[in-house]
Amino acid sequence: MEETKFTPQTWPDKPEQATMEGKNKFVGIWIFICSDITLFASVFATYLSLKDKGPAGMEFSAASLFELPLAFVMTMLLLTSSLTSVYAMYHLKNHNFKGVQIWMSITVLLGLGFLALEIYEFYHYVHLGFGYTQSAFSSAFFTLVGTHGLHVVIGLVWIVCLIVRNARRGLSLYNAPKYYAASIFWHFIDVIWVFIFTVVYLMGVLG
Amino acid sequence: MGHDTQVQAKSKKQYEYDRHHNAVHMRKQVINFAIMIFLTFLAFAVVVADFSAYFIKPVILLLAGVQVVLQLYSFMHMDDKKASHMGVISTFVWFGAVIAFTMFLTFLTIIWW
Repeated sequence: MEETKFTPQTWPDKPEQATMEGKNKFVGIWIFICSDITLFASVFATYLSLKDKGPAGMEFSAASLFELPLAFVMTMLLLTSSLTSVYAMYHLKNHNFKGVQIWMSITVLLGLGFLALEIYEFYHYVHLGFGYTQSAFSSAFFTLVGTHGLHVVIGLVWIVCLIVRNARRGLSLYNAPKYYAASIFWHFIDVIWVFIFTVVYLMGVLG
Repeated sequence: MGHDTQVQAKSKKQYEYDRHHNAVHMRKQVINFAIMIFLTFLAFAVVVADFSAYFIKPVILLLAGVQVVLQLYSFMHMDDKKASHMGVISTFVWFGAVIAFTMFLTFLTIIWW
């Protein structure tokens, strides 16, 4: 079981799917992601229907509110964090536990950077008077981007728990699927963000 | 047991081949990342360049679509046909996409008409 000590020579090609448990985790995280797709579809559809809608004479609109430089930096941070978790999975395949931990930690740092910018952005909007209950538009916006932000928080907590809990354990077929599932989830967060920066920010600025 | 598997030591040649294969695969991933960055940059550039909105909107939606497919098939390994249950996973993902599209259509047509 998890006590089996592997060397790079005995480490299986697909460590994340070498065991029955690993195979189940793999298909499990994907089915979760598919249910998450429908969750995001509903909040996206709601946002698109309620964009710029609110009380008569509302001063806020997507075109006047959103700023591209911030969205661009956030996109770069999240996209890069996706690559760093790919690096972690590369080291996972090579049975290099230190590499996995280091790259996963960098992923967490980039994710924290993204989260800090998102909190700043929300704070800024609320400060302008664009709070959650200000209009249908503001509710739909905060629900959509906030649901994504919540996923980032969950992903960060998940990865930090993995890094801390497995720090002394070393790499095994018990924890390899766990790292792999977390990395798939992290990529999915990036997939959703691609649509958010396109539909909310880029198309928002166009009016 | 759920966590058991057959443990087999690789021959030196096999080991070196696999390491090389992993390294080549990682290089491909970095190229995919570069393409994604380029697509992102392009999407922002098209908006900043201030073309007609009727031109920009379909273009950036297309760029997002390409980037997401790239992310799914490279970073999330949906191109790996040997992965367990990949058929089930692809079916679920694409049906999820169909459901998502139907939701957009429903919500938006309710507003338009």
